[in-house]
Amino acid sequence: MSANLTSSPKQSGGDHSLFSPVWQRLKSWEGMLLVLLFVIFTINSLLAPGYLGIGNQVNLFILSIEKVLVAITMTFLIINGEIDLSAPSIMGLAACVSAYLFANGTNFGAALLIAMSVGLVCGMWNGFWIARVGLNSLVVTLAMLICYRGLARVFLEDKSIGKFPEWFAALGQKNLIGPIPLALLLFLGLWVVAVIILQYSGFGRTVYVIGNSKDVARYSGVRVPRVKFLLYIASGLMSALAGLLLAARLGSVRGDLALGYELDIITMVLLGGVSIFGGSGTLYGVFLSIMIILNIRNGMSLANLSGHFQTGVIGILLILSVLGPNLVNDARTALNRRRFRHSQGSQGAQST
Amino acid sequence: MKTLVRRFRPEQIRVLFLIILMLLMIGFFSIEIPGYFNARFINRVSTSVAVVAVLAVGQTLVFLTRNFDLSVGSIAGFTAYFVGQQLWFHKDIPPVAAVLLAIGVGMAMGSVNGVLVAYGRVPSIITTIGTLAIYRSLLVEYSHAVPITTNNLPTWVVDISAQSLFAIGKVEIRVLFAIMLAVVIIFQLMLSFLPFGRRLYAIGSNPDAARIAGFPAKRIVFLAFLMSGGLAGLAGFLFLGRYGNITVLAGAGLEFESIAAVVVGGVSNAGGSGTVIGAFLGALFLDLLQNSLFRWAAISEFWRDAILGMLVLLAVALDYVVFGRLKNLWARTELQLETEDSIDKPEVVTHVS
Repeated sequence: MSANLTSSPKQSGGDHSLFSPVWQRLKSWEGMLLVLLFVIFTINSLLAPGYLGIGNQVNLFILSIEKVLVAITMTFLIINGEIDLSAPSIMGLAACVSAYLFANGTNFGAALLIAMSVGLVCGMWNGFWIARVGLNSLVVTLAMLICYRGLARVFLEDKSIGKFPEWFAALGQKNLIGPIPLALLLFLGLWVVAVIILQYSGFGRTVYVIGNSKDVARYSGVRVPRVKFLLYIASGLMSALAGLLLAARLGSVRGDLALGYELDIITMVLLGGVSIFGGSGTLYGVFLSIMIILNIRNGMSLANLSGHFQTGVIGILLILSVLGPNLVNDARTALNRRRFRHSQGSQGAQST
Repeated sequence: MKTLVRRFRPEQIRVLFLIILMLLMIGFFSIEIPGYFNARFINRVSTSVAVVAVLAVGQTLVFLTRNFDLSVGSIAGFTAYFVGQQLWFHKDIPPVAAVLLAIGVGMAMGSVNGVLVAYGRVPSIITTIGTLAIYRSLLVEYSHAVPITTNNLPTWVVDISAQSLFAIGKVEIRVLFAIMLAVVIIFQLMLSFLPFGRRLYAIGSNPDAARIAGFPAKRIVFLAFLMSGGLAGLAGFLFLGRYGNITVLAGAGLEFESIAAVVVGGVSNAGGSGTVIGAFLGALFLDLLQNSLFRWAAISEFWRDAILGMLVLLAVALDYVVFGRLKNLWARTELQLETEDSIDKPEVVTHVS
C-alpha cells in the first residue's frame, strides 16, 4: 500500500538518482522545456504576427487560469507521491453550489464563501480517507471524481445558471495593474508563495521526503498523515477557488463545468519534470510546462485545429512526458552497463 | 469457527454479502414502487447490464495486475462507431465478422496501452488518461461528427437488442445477455484454471516475487491490457446493438462505471484478489440500482452518479477495514489448524526436523 503510484509491476524505483544527480537530470529536462517553448513561440509567431506581445500571453493565462491554479496544488500532491483526480469535479461542485445558492436568493458573497467551504470539506473528506485511513489515493479520488460531479448535477440538474453580479464577472477580465488582471495577479502571488513553501521551507522538504519514501519519512519523525491531509485540504480549496474563477469567466454555470480538466492539469505537472513516482520535480519546471501547454493549445487554435484534436495532442504529451525520461533512463543504464563490461573486459585482457 | 474457515473463503463471504445486499435492495424497492419487480424489469436490467459487465470483465484482468484501464469507454465508443460505419457501407458483412472486427479493433487499441504500461513503464493511470483523450479525439476526427443512426444499419444489428435465445415464462434470455454470460463464464474459468489466470493473481499479490519466480511479468501485464481492449471492443459492438445511434460521445463515462462495478464486486486494486463473477455481480448491482432509482419518485435521478461514487468509496473502505481483518483472522485460524494437524501426525514433525 505504501507507494500508491508505482502500480506498474516493474518499479524498482529511484535507481536513476544513483547514476546521475537529480539536479543534473532536472536541469537538462528544464533546458529541453525551454528549447521546446522557444520552438513553439517561433512557429506561433510565424502563424500569427504580433503573437509574442504581452497582451496575448496574459490572455492565454486568463483563458486557462483555473487549470493553472490547480496545477500548483497538484504539483505538491504528485511530488508527495499522491494524486487528486477529483479536483475538476470539486471545481464543478463549488461553482454549482454558488450558482444554486445565488439563484435561490442567497447573498452572493455568502454563496461564494459557502462554495469555498464546500471545497474545504471535499478536500478534508479526500484527505481523511487517504491520509488517516490509508486508502489508495487513486481509487479514492477516482470515486470522488464521480461523486462530486454527481453532486454538482444534483444541484443544477440539466439547467444552466448565469446572470451573476457585474463585479464577479469582471473579476477575471478587468485589468488591475497595466495589462494584468486580478486573476493573473492571484496566480502569480500564489505561485510565489508556493515556490517559497515547496522549494525553500521545512514543510516543502518534508513533502519531498515523503514522496521519496514514506517509511523513511515516518522513521525520521515526519508526521506523514498530517502533511498529506494538509495538502488535500489545499487542493480542495484551490479547486473551489479555480471553479469560482471559471464560473466568473464563463458567466454561467452548468453541471459539466470543468469536466475532463484532469488531463490538462496532470499533463502540466508531469511535463514540468515532476516524477509521477513522487519525490522529484520543481515548480519552475511546472511553470515552463504551463507556458508550453498554453502556447501549444493557442498555436493549434491558430492553425484551426479542433478542440478535440488538441485534447488528443495533450494526451500524447502526457504519455511522452513520462515515457521520455523512462527511455532516456533505459538508454543510460544500458550504456553504463556496456561501459562497465568493457572496462572489465580490458582489465581481464591486462591480467592474462 | 474452524468449520467455517474450512468451508468458506473471505472472498466468498464478500460475494455472499453483495448478493444479500442486492436481494434487500429488490425487497426495498418492491415495497416502494408498485409493480416494480416483474418480467419486463428483469428483461430490461439483463439487456442494460451487458455492456458494463463485459467492460468490467476486462477491467478485472487489468485490476488484478494492480493497474487501471480508464480508456475502455473511449475504445468501446470508437469500435461502436467504426464497426457501425463498416456495416453501414458494407451491408453484407456477416455478424460473426462484425464481432471479430470489433474485438480486433479493440485489441489494437488495448495493445497500445499494454506496450506503454508493460514495456514503457508508464503508470497505467497516466497511460490510460492519455489514451482516453487520444482515442476520443480519434473518434471525433474519424467520424467528422457524422452520427450513425438506426436507419443506416442493417436490420439484424438493430434487432439484436430485442432478440431472445429462449424464454422462461415471460423472462427472456436475450442475445446480448447470452454473449455477456458466455464472456463471464469463459474468463472466470480462465482465471481459475489456466496458468495465465493464476499468474495474473501472482503478479497482483506480489510483483517482485512473481518476477523473481521467473514469470514473464511484462508480457502478462501486456496481455491483460490486450484482453481488456478486446473486451472493450466487444462491448462496443454490444453498445452498437443496444442503442443503434452512435455519436462522438458514445461510451463516454463507461470507464467509471466499469471501475465502479469491479470495485463494488470485490476486485482489489491492492492486487491479487477478486473474481470475474464478483465483477459481474458488481455490474448487476449497479445496474439494478440505476434502473430502480430511475423509477423511484422519492429522489431525482440526478443522484445516480453521486451515489455511484460513494458506493465505490464505501466498497474500498469496507474491503480495506473489514475484509482485511477477516483475511487476517482466516490466515491465523488456518495456521492453527495446520499446527494441530501436524501434532496429530508425529511422523510429519520428524520429517520437518
